[in-house]
Amino acid sequence: MTDRIRAILDQAAKLPVSANTLADDADLHEAGLTSFASVQLMLALEDAFDIEFPERMLNRRTFATIRSIETAVTELTRAAA
Amino acid sequence: MNIHTRADAPAGLSPQEEFLNELFDKGVLFDSGVDGLYGRSGAFEDVIKAFDHLVTRYGKQDAATSIHFPPGIARPLFEKSGYMKSFPQLAGTVHSFMGGDADHCTLLAELEAGQDWTGQQEATDIVLTPAACYPLYPTVAKRGPLPPEGRLYDLQSYCFRHEPSKDPARMQMFRMREYVRIGTPEQVRAFRETWLERGQEMMASLGVPLKVDVANDPFFGRAGRMLANNQRDTGLKFELLIPVTSEEKPTACLSFNYHQDHFGSLWNIPTADGSVAHTACVGFGMERVALALFKHHGCDAAKWPEAVRQVLWP
Repeated sequence: MTDRIRAILDQAAKLPVSANTLADDADLHEAGLTSFASVQLMLALEDAFDIEFPERMLNRRTFATIRSIETAVTELTRAAA
Repeated sequence: MNIHTRADAPAGLSPQEEFLNELFDKGVLFDSGVDGLYGRSGAFEDVIKAFDHLVTRYGKQDAATSIHFPPGIARPLFEKSGYMKSFPQLAGTVHSFMGGDADHCTLLAELEAGQDWTGQQEATDIVLTPAACYPLYPTVAKRGPLPPEGRLYDLQSYCFRHEPSKDPARMQMFRMREYVRIGTPEQVRAFRETWLERGQEMMASLGVPLKVDVANDPFFGRAGRMLANNQRDTGLKFELLIPVTSEEKPTACLSFNYHQDHFGSLWNIPTADGSVAHTACVGFGMERVALALFKHHGCDAAKWPEAVRQVLWP
């Protein structure tokens, strides 16, 4: 799943570096993820995984690292299954 | 705190409506038939002017450049600003009739019949200014890279936000004064820190209860929820709050905003060393401050505490 998340990051998050150069626990905000780009990332993840982030997840922590995104997406896809 | 409640107030009115009615009754504000659109009395304007001068006294030492924009912004600039991404619900565009004789007849017939006639109008090149600093950034960008010390501007404009309300402190057309700092992250953060201190000292001198708290802008929709949460988590916006019609939900009278490089990169404003400029602003809600003073000191400014009058009219 982290590969898919990296692909979406490259597409939607407008980071100055490729997501392939970022470790799973690298801080995405420090890597240049802006507030507006994190919204685009959130919407792209929802599209790709057919999920809807609940309000409690609409914050910086959810989109802080590739791993935290994976945790959130896993939880939501599991709940939908 | 000096709360004026009307003994004869009809039951069921909110504290906001009660205060609004009191302001109408005492001739401080004048009803227009539209919530949030009011006439102001001379006494009200005297308070606004006095507060305006007080802000100038506090900010004078920084030698800001003053620019006076009209309360409208060019539509192409508004479109580029991204305002519609974040606050589509608040924006107001100016429309005008641009048709011929036949269209005019249709318009008059629709008006006569009490039908919606506004479809005969088209969008002009002007959008009502939503915040005093919006016309500034493209203006600064045209001047090229910043000098090493950055820039500081002093602005005031009538602003429009479509949020009709019975709360007199939530007007649709109101004045916002702003100091806007544009420079390096260090310059901009230092500016905001200075005004956080100054703002509290200045407002405390007016004898009103206040507190400063972290805040967020009213971003639209689910994406907006995330922007609002991010804004709070990163402490980008603080407000100076004064209870006007509610202790639980005090009114934001001043705000202290750090935009990071949002406007600098959007409008391409470089610092002297070529990096993207950061921006911050302190905003003063002129009507809100006046209303806070009328609420706490009474509707007759001549009877306000002498210490407060000394500060406003030295």
